[in-house]
Amino acid sequence: MLKLIASRIATAIPSLIGVVIVTFMLTRVLPGDAAAYFAGPAATPQAIAEIRTKLGLDKPLPVQFVDYVTALSKGDLGSSLSTGQPVATEIASRLPASAELTLSGLILALAIAIPFGIMAAVKQGTWVDHACRVITTAGVSLPVFFTGLLLVYVFYFKLGWAPAPLGRLDVFFTAPPTVTGFYLIDSLIAGDLETFRSAAAQLAIPTVTLAIFALAPIARITRASMLSVLSSEFVRTARAAGLTPYKVIMVYAFRNAMLPVITTLGMVFSFLLGANVLVEKVFAWPGIGSYAVEALISSDYAPVQGFVLAMAILYIILNLVIDLAYGVIDPRARSEA
Amino acid sequence: MHGVIDMTQATTPTPAEEARGPLLEVHHLTVEFATRKGIVTAVKQVDLTVRKGETLGIVGESGSGKSVTSYTLMRILDRAGRIAEGTITFSGIDVANATERTMRDLRGREISMIFQNPRAALNPIRKVGDQIGDVLLHHLQAEPRNVKAKVIEILEQVRIARPQERYHAYPFELSGGMCQRIVIALALACQPQLLIADEPTTGLDVTTQKAVMDLVTELTRARGMSTILITHDLGLAATYCDTVVVMEKGKVVETAPAEQIFRAPQHPYTQKLVRATPRPGIALSDLLPEVAVVPSPLPEGERSAPLAAGEGAQASSQMPAPPHPDPLPRGERGLPGAPLLKVENLLKEYPRQGVPMGFFAGLMGKKAPPEEAIFRAVDGLSFEVNKGESVGLVGESGCGKSTTSTIVMRLIDATSGKITFDGMDIGAIPAKEFAHHPMRRRIQMVFQDPTDSLNPRYTAARAIADPLLRMGEQFGIRGAAQMRAKVEELATMAGLPLDLLDRFPHQLSGGQKARVGIARAIALKPDLVILDEPTAALDVSVQAVVLNLLEELKQTLGMSYLFVSHDLHVVRLLCDRVIVMRQGKMVEEGTSEQVLEAPKAAYTRELIAAIPHPPV
Repeated sequence: MLKLIASRIATAIPSLIGVVIVTFMLTRVLPGDAAAYFAGPAATPQAIAEIRTKLGLDKPLPVQFVDYVTALSKGDLGSSLSTGQPVATEIASRLPASAELTLSGLILALAIAIPFGIMAAVKQGTWVDHACRVITTAGVSLPVFFTGLLLVYVFYFKLGWAPAPLGRLDVFFTAPPTVTGFYLIDSLIAGDLETFRSAAAQLAIPTVTLAIFALAPIARITRASMLSVLSSEFVRTARAAGLTPYKVIMVYAFRNAMLPVITTLGMVFSFLLGANVLVEKVFAWPGIGSYAVEALISSDYAPVQGFVLAMAILYIILNLVIDLAYGVIDPRARSEA
Repeated sequence: MHGVIDMTQATTPTPAEEARGPLLEVHHLTVEFATRKGIVTAVKQVDLTVRKGETLGIVGESGSGKSVTSYTLMRILDRAGRIAEGTITFSGIDVANATERTMRDLRGREISMIFQNPRAALNPIRKVGDQIGDVLLHHLQAEPRNVKAKVIEILEQVRIARPQERYHAYPFELSGGMCQRIVIALALACQPQLLIADEPTTGLDVTTQKAVMDLVTELTRARGMSTILITHDLGLAATYCDTVVVMEKGKVVETAPAEQIFRAPQHPYTQKLVRATPRPGIALSDLLPEVAVVPSPLPEGERSAPLAAGEGAQASSQMPAPPHPDPLPRGERGLPGAPLLKVENLLKEYPRQGVPMGFFAGLMGKKAPPEEAIFRAVDGLSFEVNKGESVGLVGESGCGKSTTSTIVMRLIDATSGKITFDGMDIGAIPAKEFAHHPMRRRIQMVFQDPTDSLNPRYTAARAIADPLLRMGEQFGIRGAAQMRAKVEELATMAGLPLDLLDRFPHQLSGGQKARVGIARAIALKPDLVILDEPTAALDVSVQAVVLNLLEELKQTLGMSYLFVSHDLHVVRLLCDRVIVMRQGKMVEEGTSEQVLEAPKAAYTRELIAAIPHPPV
């Protein structure tokens, strides 16, 4: 198992190097001049040039790249031009916010989509199946910012059930002491139920927004893979042996049907990371997505590079976890490793 | 059909049977399937009786409804199927109307089933021991604390070596024969009264088949169980059953004691099946129905009429007036022309691996395991194929026969050895380049699976034209009309009705697809055709027709065949010489008669003995 992890991480290194090079080049060729932006609209060309020298932007690209990589190897992601804060600290404080939102969205989506997909497959052609189809189609058809706004309108503005969509905590609460950076977990560790409730309330609607988006692919894959497994020969054997429908569906069919679902989870997660950027904007969520968008607009290189790098690492870790999960479920994958 | 029950009762009771009443009675069973094209009746008015301790064989070709009948007995038909009429009584229980709960108690505990394709019949990601344990626990035959011991005991009964270890094995770690033993263990775990074996040995080697069938017979005898053996193989049914029921297109056409079925088949369909079954001492043309179908003296005379339109008969009647060229005497056929293909010291090595490298391993960029062990798939094989000769390459799975044919076809490279084709060293041409080599068109192949070897998006005509389009320059075919004429000529030679040429593979029957594959292989007038189990996926009656077609084409076109097969009887019918292989090596070589009638090697004798011999 350790060997597998090591080999997977080793294969990830080339792609990480690629990500570093590509993001560096991309941010340099994008239109917009960081020095001009930073100097402000009234600055003289002289002032802009001065700032450019100060930022090291007048050096040739290869030199800039070497500087960047040297700093990177020391764990220095540079500093944001707009805020002056080191990018590493910013990402460290914002990443948990995004991760908490994305993961809770994914977990909610899984909790709904998998039973739904199973039901749709087991009761193929009945109302459950049709409902599954309608809901999943609606889920992918609506853009996340629209569902987000709709939910805010209904649950905050009309019904008043949800708190104002402004960040991770109600203004009257202070963030729990950081352990994991996930407010739900940290507040529980601190034993602060009030904060937990507030954090949960703030998290609810953005989570639902993301979950609706992620529902469709998961439910569809679950349904399709359950259908094919249910018609397979070993399920027939299990039925012929008189096992109960519950055992046949959950132990024999479901575990096999999970294999393709797990594979698609990685993809769904990356969709969610993309969708997150918009959701964070709608809900004023202090996450990494909104941070990156603002930095991109102002040609602020360091945060954008830091963001892309963080996402790449996250994605690699996620895929590693998925592969390991696959190995746990499927002995064939295990023995090949 | 009305005589069914009487016939059964006329059976001589087996020693195990003590004139007890029937265990299972099926009366007028009709099963329908709701399909997109409307209701299809898969089983029509079927009557069956199984007595205690008796083994009943249900024999029929694909589409005869034999498997549907067996699924109906356990009520495990899929959603679309339903019992439209008739009764099923199993030791006093009305199966057709029993609740699902009652059925669950019956399944596995009173009636159980073993399946074709044992590896697929087992859950791929659950330990085989746990799968057997599931059944024991469900039927309260074991408790969680002693289930493992019980499972191991059962594994011992089905002769699994090292059962303690194998308990923790997954199906992919076991051989096909071993998987079938696990399936048998699963079926017999709860000591049921009736075992339904649905093509239990199809896809297994003959020696494995014999071992598996002997095991089933022994275990069921010892427990006084009844068995229903469903098979397409009359020889197998005749060897292992007391009574045989022959089904055709959903109906029972004949029921008789096993030895009678072979010696004196009553119904024309049974007669045709018996004829089409390859067996010792017959010639290729003996497989086909006699040209003039003599109306059989059957009580139900009307049966012979629908036969002409029957699935199996269709295939033969489709042959546009088979020209029956008098087959040359066997000795003459084998008269050596110049050697066409000469294989010398062929060697193919693979790095030994625990499991085949799959997608996942490739994904991880894994290299082959560091073990130094090398597996020799072909180990120093030498043989020749002369012009106009057919040579059979026989052996069990894993003996290297397919690897050999693939190397001769130049699809993969040998590790070492020399392959000379018509005086040219084609072994020296790398496999990658051979596809574009002028020699390529002189060697063609007919594949084992007629369905998988056709592009599903090509019509029959397009499939046959394919080699002509790719390397048929020498025929000088210009334009669509000429190509069509050429394709029609080839189709006629292969006995494919011309109106089927515009159909897609899924619209053709197995026999028709086989003809498309053959027409495609002869399109370029090859000198050597490699036949890789060309009839293994076909029903016996279709196989009979296809084998005769192949023989005829060989005579007309003067081709040589390299015939790869596991079936010695089939090989004997088609081949002049036979090479028996085992573990990559040649065990025996000789004329078909010598090898089959006076085998020198012990292994050959073992192979021949394992073939179920119908009582002739």
